[in-house]
Amino acid sequence: MNEKKPTSLLYLDGVSVSFDGFRALNSLSFVIEPGELRAIIGPNGAGKTTMMDIITGKTRPDTGAVFFKGDIDLTKRDEAEIAQLGIGRKFQKPTVFESHTVWDNLELALNRKRGVFATLFYRMTAEDNARIEEILSTVRLSNRRNDLAASLSHGQKQWLEIGMLLAQEPELLLVDEPVAGMTDAETAETAILLKEIARTRSVVVVEHDMGFIRDLGVKVTCLAEGSVLAEGSIDFVSADQKVIENYLGR
Amino acid sequence: MLMRLAYRSLQSLLVTLCLLVTLLATDLRAQEDLRAMVNALGEGNFAQTIKQVEALARTGDPKIVPALEALAAGDLYQRKSDKQVFLTKSTGGSLTLLDPLSGEEVGTEAASALTKIRVNNGLRRAVRAALGGLTLMSPDAGVRLQAAQTMLRTPSADALDQIETALAAETSADVKPVLERARAAALLISDRPDDEKKAAVAVISNAGGQDALSLLSAALSSADDNLRPDIETAIESIKERQAFWAAGQNVWYGLSLGSVLLLAAIGLAITFGVMGIINMAHGEMVMLGAYTTFVVQEVIRGSFPALFDWSLAIALPLAFLVTGIVGLAIERGVIRFLYGRPLETLLATWGISLILQQAVRTIFGPTNREVGNPAWMSGAFELGGLTITWNRLWIIVFSLAVFAALLFLLKKTPMGLQMRAVTQNRRMASSMGIRTPWVDALTFALGSGIAGIAGVALSQIDNVSPNLGQGYIIDSFMVVVFGGVGNLWGTLVGAFTLGILNKFLEPYAGAVLGKILVLVLIILFIQKRPRGLFALKGRAVEA
Amino acid sequence: MITSFLLKSFDRTIVIAVAVILGLGLLVPALNLLTPPDHPLHVPTYLVSLFGKYLTYALLALALDLVWGFCGILSLGHAAFFALGGYAMGMYLMRQIGARGSYGNPLLPDFMVFLNWKELPWFWYGFDMFWFAALMVVLVPGLLAFVFGWFAFRSRVNGVYLSIITQAMTFALLLAFFRNDMGFGGNNGLTDFKDILGFNIQADGTRAALFAASAVALALSLVLTSGMVRSKYGKILVGVRDAESRTRFLGYRVEHFKLFAFTVSAMMAGVAGALYVPQVGIINPGEFEPGNSIEVVIWTAVGGRGTLIGPIIGAILVNGGKSIFTAAFPEFWLFALGGLFVLVTLFLPKGIVGTAQAWRAKRKAYRKAADDEAAKAMAAAEPLAAE
Repeated sequence: MNEKKPTSLLYLDGVSVSFDGFRALNSLSFVIEPGELRAIIGPNGAGKTTMMDIITGKTRPDTGAVFFKGDIDLTKRDEAEIAQLGIGRKFQKPTVFESHTVWDNLELALNRKRGVFATLFYRMTAEDNARIEEILSTVRLSNRRNDLAASLSHGQKQWLEIGMLLAQEPELLLVDEPVAGMTDAETAETAILLKEIARTRSVVVVEHDMGFIRDLGVKVTCLAEGSVLAEGSIDFVSADQKVIENYLGR
Repeated sequence: MLMRLAYRSLQSLLVTLCLLVTLLATDLRAQEDLRAMVNALGEGNFAQTIKQVEALARTGDPKIVPALEALAAGDLYQRKSDKQVFLTKSTGGSLTLLDPLSGEEVGTEAASALTKIRVNNGLRRAVRAALGGLTLMSPDAGVRLQAAQTMLRTPSADALDQIETALAAETSADVKPVLERARAAALLISDRPDDEKKAAVAVISNAGGQDALSLLSAALSSADDNLRPDIETAIESIKERQAFWAAGQNVWYGLSLGSVLLLAAIGLAITFGVMGIINMAHGEMVMLGAYTTFVVQEVIRGSFPALFDWSLAIALPLAFLVTGIVGLAIERGVIRFLYGRPLETLLATWGISLILQQAVRTIFGPTNREVGNPAWMSGAFELGGLTITWNRLWIIVFSLAVFAALLFLLKKTPMGLQMRAVTQNRRMASSMGIRTPWVDALTFALGSGIAGIAGVALSQIDNVSPNLGQGYIIDSFMVVVFGGVGNLWGTLVGAFTLGILNKFLEPYAGAVLGKILVLVLIILFIQKRPRGLFALKGRAVEA
Repeated sequence: MITSFLLKSFDRTIVIAVAVILGLGLLVPALNLLTPPDHPLHVPTYLVSLFGKYLTYALLALALDLVWGFCGILSLGHAAFFALGGYAMGMYLMRQIGARGSYGNPLLPDFMVFLNWKELPWFWYGFDMFWFAALMVVLVPGLLAFVFGWFAFRSRVNGVYLSIITQAMTFALLLAFFRNDMGFGGNNGLTDFKDILGFNIQADGTRAALFAASAVALALSLVLTSGMVRSKYGKILVGVRDAESRTRFLGYRVEHFKLFAFTVSAMMAGVAGALYVPQVGIINPGEFEPGNSIEVVIWTAVGGRGTLIGPIIGAILVNGGKSIFTAAFPEFWLFALGGLFVLVTLFLPKGIVGTAQAWRAKRKAYRKAADDEAAKAMAAAEPLAAE
């Protein structure tokens, strides 16, 4: 515990978890620095989603330490609390409030008081209004603001979800396969969007699309069988023998 | 109760008949002596009569039994004119006289010409002891057994000698232990030495039961310090054994209730547990199974009465078919449009349950219908301190058999393999060539069919009415949820746990409160483990 | 704060609905009291009570809609909250009988005298005062819902599991209230009421007033629920219904949001029960029947869950149909009700109001598209014309 870097934003050490005998994570350790954009790759079942579940409090690790901003122990907190601490999460499948408008989706995501009575008597302020407008233009949905989220295309839903995470003003953003099912143009735009976002906060991206990761041009961590296989630049990782065997294939 | 009474009177009639036959064959001279002794019953005060009774008893002659019985019942009269004693039978205004030894009619007298021989409790006791001693010597083992049991229930120190004589002569293995206990009971209140009494306490204590307990408690009050600790330990040990058997009986009742719950829930474990369909009409499937049994029995009663003992065996496949087809129709007609919408499924199947109930009410009427027990399902037997009824036992066996069959079907047959494949990964199964809609329909039909055969079994212990199913639906869901959804073993353990828990709570809390407590416990349990006792863990559940 | 809450709660539909309900609340009693019995517009007293009963059912359906329609919690325990509210009111009415019962005991209700009870159980204290009973009408169901919900939502008991355990809770209460030694009149429940707040409960005037009170309660609840669902809180509630984990990962304590809605809803159901009891004149454990809870669900489904007007319309339509049906063909009512369950879930999942709204929205979108088309055509045509 003493060895953890005081500057790190997210710190995982020796995290293991198993489900019915299946070891989803096997002594996983890695560190995210403030303002870092990190890509995580790995074959199916490598434990990428489980890792996100652990960071966001959905799953409790059997052993290991998870710290946020130096000394906040995430293993003792639940999802809502962790989200309020400033960790946002985007799911693999775009998850937005389909029966709300795009605007309402962002309004709900806005980082304001989140209690029952605070929301019951909430009034939209000029400041909040401006903030939502700003995010709408960032995620390129200004002209769809009054449409139901259900009517958006797949790519637009992904962006709306990213927009909601922005509204949440997190310090760390976990993004699970943001470009799955996107067209090439959308993928390229998403890469630009994520890089933009990473200027002000840390982002962890889980992705299979190697082209997209190359576009991001960031440090890559390859997971396999629940632990880190290799870490470094995309060229370094894709040259690694073990990574080629386990994931990329010859 | 009535049956037993009739049986008893029949038995005593037979005994009397036997005695009459012996009577005719006996030496006349002896009869004359006896007659004098019987006539002497009419003389003197109570104390003298008691002496006379004891003297009669010592003859050991069974011919005097009717006279003594009549004496105890107050039916023995003395003719005023010649001091002769007679048995009587009332005929109109006058009394028919019967010879006290032969029982033959010997004339009539006006009631005014006779004096009733009066009895008090002391005399009655003497008569009873005498009768006990006499019947103890009866050549019929059944009579001896009954006599020994009577003496055990109402022990008398005076009868001790008679019992010991009888014991020495006793050969029947059925009668002997009872007689030994009777001797111990009598000895305990006699003035024999303490050593013998201690042995007697041991004999009674070994016998156990409520009778032994009251015998010992009675003896305790009059026992001296030497004997007292022995009796106290004996009482303790009997009480312990009673508590043990009471617990055993509770376990038995619990197992029985558990088997009923298992039967009701096991079909649900398929439709809800495996397929995830909330079928609120499940109870009505059970009800339909019970009504199928009723119809089968009606047909058999009307046309083939000889087959009645086979009625359940005939009803089983029919009930499976009927409810299976109804289930198939429900799945094809309604449920398949609602996959992925469990709450809507709940509502639609509730509607179906209302329709089925009303349909049965319209066809068969709203009242309970009579479903009979075949001979092999009726009656009970004793096992140690337990009373076990055959129908409960068969239902436990049957529920386990159904469970085993279902387990086999799911784990070892191609159909079971397909079912499991579809529930685990529908799309994968479908792309491998399994016709998933067909498997869904068959699985649902199977679950319904099992509910139907559960109905056949439950018709044996429950009222067959249109509301039959409603009583089971909540319990069944509780069992499946408690045991863990998607796990057949969980349902088994859940059913028996809840059954036994229920029956152990009942003596303390009463039946209704016990049930409420169990419901509250389950509700609390689900808070703690929302996915039941044997929950699947990990990502598969969340998906 | 409160004003903005109220302002938000009124849109055109709600204003119209509240006006209609309050209008009926005035009109029906007026027609009953002010017109002679042979007048063509006269409403007989039995109808006033019948309609009053429908209004309490509508309130119950509205309460259920708040949790089911907007939060996705299919509670099968609302009959229990309704009955508890009813029992609280029934206890007040029992105490009002005083020495006029068959046994003439000034303190103990008849059934207690019959059971040879010597004194009033502690939980009957205070029910001789109307304010106390009225408080209990909301507090008892509210507290039960709060405690039950606190456990259930905290452990994330969801979907059908929640439905099943709410049903088990109702069933346990049903069994409990059937017991004589619970002190609520056992099988027979509470009945033979004499008067309420000093007015004869059988009198036309009292009946009319109870009807009006039911209408006012329904209107107020409609405003309250409308305010709730139109606030940010309501939007989060819908978010919980549609994507619970998304709401959680946005930092909202989902269990608190559910618990608040569940408790408010149970209190509304309690009020409905309290208004129901004096109008039908009896409360017994039958009100806890699991079937009753599910019937409320079908009223809500018929009208349209997730709409506020829907459950009100649904409750009145289904119960009106029930009254007519059971009088005309009593054996067929259960067939009709069962069929309704099946048909509505299969063919009318949004209910009457929901379907109408969707249809209107579609037509609007279609018209807008047509307008756009026309505008485009105009724009395209213009340069041509210029040439």
